[in-house]
Amino acid sequence: MSKEQKMVSKEVSKLVKGLVMDSAHEMDENKEIPENIIQKAWELGASVSLVPEEYGGHGMEDSPIESIIILEEMAYGDMAFAVAATSPSLFINPLVTMGTEEQKKTYLPLYCKDSYTPCTLALNEPHFGADVMALKTTAEKKGDSFVINGAKCFVPMGDKAGHMLVAASLDGVNNLFIVAGDNPGLTVSEREKNIGCYALPSFEIEFKDCLVPSKDRLGGDTGCDYARFIQKTRVGMAAMAAGIARASYEFAKGYAKERVQFGEPIANRQSIAFMLAEMSYEVDSIRLLAQKAASELAAGKDVSRSSYLAKMYAGEMSMKVADYGVQIMGGHGYIREYPVERYYRNARGIALLEGMAIV
Amino acid sequence: MINIDTPEKIVKMKAGLNNLAKGMLRPISRKYDEAEHEYPKELDVFRGMSIMGRKPKKNGDEAGKSKAKDNGEFKVGQNLGTVVSVEEMCWGDAALLLSLPNAGLGNAAISAVATDEQLEKFGNKWASMAITEPASGSDSGSIQASAELDGDEWVLNGEKIFVTCADRCDVAVVWARVKGVEGSSAIKSFIVEKGTPGFKLEHLEHKLGIRASDTGTFVLNNCRIPKANLLGGDSEKKKKTEGFKGVMKTFDNTRPMVAAMAIGVARAAIDFTREQMEEAGISIDYSANPNNVSSLLKEFYMMEANLEAMRLLTWRAAWMADNEEENTLEASMSKAKAGRYGTLITQKCCELLGPMGYSRKFLAEKWMRDSKIMDIFEGTGQIQHLIIARNILKLTRNELK
Repeated sequence: MSKEQKMVSKEVSKLVKGLVMDSAHEMDENKEIPENIIQKAWELGASVSLVPEEYGGHGMEDSPIESIIILEEMAYGDMAFAVAATSPSLFINPLVTMGTEEQKKTYLPLYCKDSYTPCTLALNEPHFGADVMALKTTAEKKGDSFVINGAKCFVPMGDKAGHMLVAASLDGVNNLFIVAGDNPGLTVSEREKNIGCYALPSFEIEFKDCLVPSKDRLGGDTGCDYARFIQKTRVGMAAMAAGIARASYEFAKGYAKERVQFGEPIANRQSIAFMLAEMSYEVDSIRLLAQKAASELAAGKDVSRSSYLAKMYAGEMSMKVADYGVQIMGGHGYIREYPVERYYRNARGIALLEGMAIV
Repeated sequence: MINIDTPEKIVKMKAGLNNLAKGMLRPISRKYDEAEHEYPKELDVFRGMSIMGRKPKKNGDEAGKSKAKDNGEFKVGQNLGTVVSVEEMCWGDAALLLSLPNAGLGNAAISAVATDEQLEKFGNKWASMAITEPASGSDSGSIQASAELDGDEWVLNGEKIFVTCADRCDVAVVWARVKGVEGSSAIKSFIVEKGTPGFKLEHLEHKLGIRASDTGTFVLNNCRIPKANLLGGDSEKKKKTEGFKGVMKTFDNTRPMVAAMAIGVARAAIDFTREQMEEAGISIDYSANPNNVSSLLKEFYMMEANLEAMRLLTWRAAWMADNEEENTLEASMSKAKAGRYGTLITQKCCELLGPMGYSRKFLAEKWMRDSKIMDIFEGTGQIQHLIIARNILKLTRNELK
């Protein structure tokens, strides 16, 4: 790690350990993340670091590696918090890297303020066989506008977002469109109830003849590099998985050393100790795969394979690690007083969802 | 900063070695699987390469090392180079890699801890490693072979089994317990030359896989060797690398190598499976939601992801050794993961290949047999988990048995 990376990691870790971890249970039960926690995370500046200074950002160089360090650390604290706190990046990052000058000038300053201002991405779709590479939501050119029809789900902060990027297929080609939250063509449904991330407000959104000015097609007339955008989100998901898995591993490890049965700590039994050993290298493996994809991203290489494998591995293995976490703790792992059942529920989302984080 | 993008140097090296593996090992892979124990004479050209060797330390090696660190740069050194080479060669054939002249495990041990005099004398010999005994497998601290100093000579007695390159080696690095010394510090390693009276190759084993490799049993019966053949020299002078701990230390370097072997074999199986899939018109595109692809493709992608994880864990352990970081934990992690998943991957490939996986017309079945040993030798998967667990839980040998 470079000096900057160490510093970033330390700062996020301080916030997470000091504020997030202690409140994660309460946030989950209350289904709410206190604004001050989100604001504190916002003040770290990760979401706007890429944005040029004239639009309110820090004008830093793109660093996918730094992003995965931050995402892992945040998800280590709580996945709902990590998604909520970084969801503006899902809007800001593609705008910076793929937006036209006019789009940047118009939209970035709105979301690069001192206080957290919700904006988001509407990507996943609520039907069987959903695939972000084969979108059912469509955009159609009509005069000086695009008409969007379809439905989205798992849109984080979808109710309060000033703007969102909406993924839709235009003549069979995947595109992103900038859509205002108050566009009359979209309807935000009631808040979703999901298996995990109780504290994260996420929504289904329906688009019915939703009119979007043609200047709001991301990247202008030529569109954007949608595939690379998806790849960057896949690396982000993998980084979060490393955080969730590590949280479960560390908690179960601490418990196994304390919990005495048959006269000695259960950690002294091979059946438990070997599960922990496996958890330790799977956590590292998830991280290493994410780091590899991020390193290739930073080098400007094609990451279709590495990002795909990283997310797939992360989905499988974070679930396995979280499962072991619950299993090692036995009955205590099953009750909500301890965090491992939450990690178990949250980890399920890594394989099933797309685009909840970006690097 | 963190950057695990593959260095250009490694990419080139991989390509070169892959040609070698493809051109020299693959064509004779089946031949020596069938002709168990026969010496692969085609490999004689490698004799001069001293793959496991190191040069005597004198020529300013140490100075070079500290310089690299001062610059804040990290080294891409011998360990990383070795695991990359081993992967490529095992992609060609793992048993033939084990049969490369002058590249035995004993050579690795000699290279790691020998004195300059020993290096001079034995550096160019083919050296096997004799540790395991009929009653001492994973618990290598329990070996019973004995060594007793008698004047200027050590007298060795005992039986050593599962010795790789037993037939073809020139010398064996034999582990034995020095008489009159208690505990694990009594265990030392000795260089025994072939032809020494009382040193006999008893028989060669018939195995599930890696059949081209000659695995055998040595019997030592009042075998007398020079005092100077104590590997690493006199313990008074060279405490750090001496004794049981010193030799165990060499495992930190050899475990990632075995992991790399597992990676090479697994990759061979995956590559063959991919070719067959493509020939059958199944396209691999790394974009569609994994829940939306066929079961076969999903399993294939997961094998690839696991292979990637095996490799990254292994490269990390090797890279740490190159940069002189303590890597016992990471070395065991790489071996545990790669040993286990190498076995699972080659099994799965046979399954996906169907009849082609079962037939001896193709190499897939051989790779499945070969890969099984990677989860066994150099410490079984269970032993690796034990080492990892003790390490992460900070438990002693007595607390976690």
